[in-house]
Amino acid sequence: MREIKQGLKDGIPIALGYLSVSFTFGLMAVSAGMTWWQAVLISMVNLTSAGQFAGLEIMVTGGTLIEMALSQLVINLRYALMSLSLSQKVDKTLNTFYRFIVGAGVTDEIFAVAMSREKKVSRYYMFGLIAIPYLGWAGGTLAGAMLGNILPEIVRSSLGIAIYGMFLAIIIPKAKEDTSVLKVIIIAVILSCCFRWIPVLKQVSSGFVIIICAVTASLIGAIFYPLPEEDKENSCVEDREERR
Amino acid sequence: MEWQTFFLYLFVMAGVTYLIRAIPLVLCKQELTNRFVRSFLAYVPYAVLGAMTFPAIFYSTDGLASALAGTVVALVLAFFEKGLLTVAVGACVVSFLVQVISVLV
Repeated sequence: MREIKQGLKDGIPIALGYLSVSFTFGLMAVSAGMTWWQAVLISMVNLTSAGQFAGLEIMVTGGTLIEMALSQLVINLRYALMSLSLSQKVDKTLNTFYRFIVGAGVTDEIFAVAMSREKKVSRYYMFGLIAIPYLGWAGGTLAGAMLGNILPEIVRSSLGIAIYGMFLAIIIPKAKEDTSVLKVIIIAVILSCCFRWIPVLKQVSSGFVIIICAVTASLIGAIFYPLPEEDKENSCVEDREERR
Repeated sequence: MEWQTFFLYLFVMAGVTYLIRAIPLVLCKQELTNRFVRSFLAYVPYAVLGAMTFPAIFYSTDGLASALAGTVVALVLAFFEKGLLTVAVGACVVSFLVQVISVLV
């Protein structure tokens, strides 16, 4: 019970951060032609900022399902890494059944807070931690979808920058402490600018642009600036490769 | 948009997103050691967010001036490691003010 309470408490600041961004998502979804319940439903079953903004664009521009699947795969691939790390951090109360549930709630911020705890985390803590940000994300979307229209255009236009502010708040501190990350980000940004501004290249649809930029920059990073070696013996990926 | 089309998109979108998160958590109970894979995965989030932010942030408001002002403020706040909410709201407020000023002037 104390674990749930601690989780709920730790989730409040995350939920506040989510409100501004999900409000913007709701607003943008409705002004792009979605209904309010569609916007809220997207938020309730995805719970991912970057993926949803990209997915919304693919929906309203009539992109293909392949493009949708691939863009979500690449944009959200980071969650796989987080889930992997989190799988080391949780205690035995999070059995396979509960892992299927908690898996839906792994976001950048929830992951960061869970990992920053000193001891292992229980399923009760994870439920508490996910609950309020989830409500904040869905509720913010609903508010943005309903109230977005009554806001003056000038306010709505200013809210468009919120999501990018949040992204910068995630990447800049990391780039500051690690020049390899900075270099990878710069490569990704240069590529992305090329796709925006160079003729021919700018005809490539936005979902694919993100995939191409992120995969290229991360591959260059993995080749030229690999992480320090670790001495552990087993890994899921290697296990699976051996089985093949 | 037809509601069938919407649900088809939604199903693909949510399905892919959910499986990416759930599969590693359910299947992997050991640590990942392949150096190349670990490095690649470690860079992906930053590369994705970098590519999504630039140059889109310059087009995120109704004018280049307000977008640039918001970008600079967000960069500065993020550099001093302010929280997500502070950076997001700071960028919104400044780009709002710049838009107000450009309407008035």
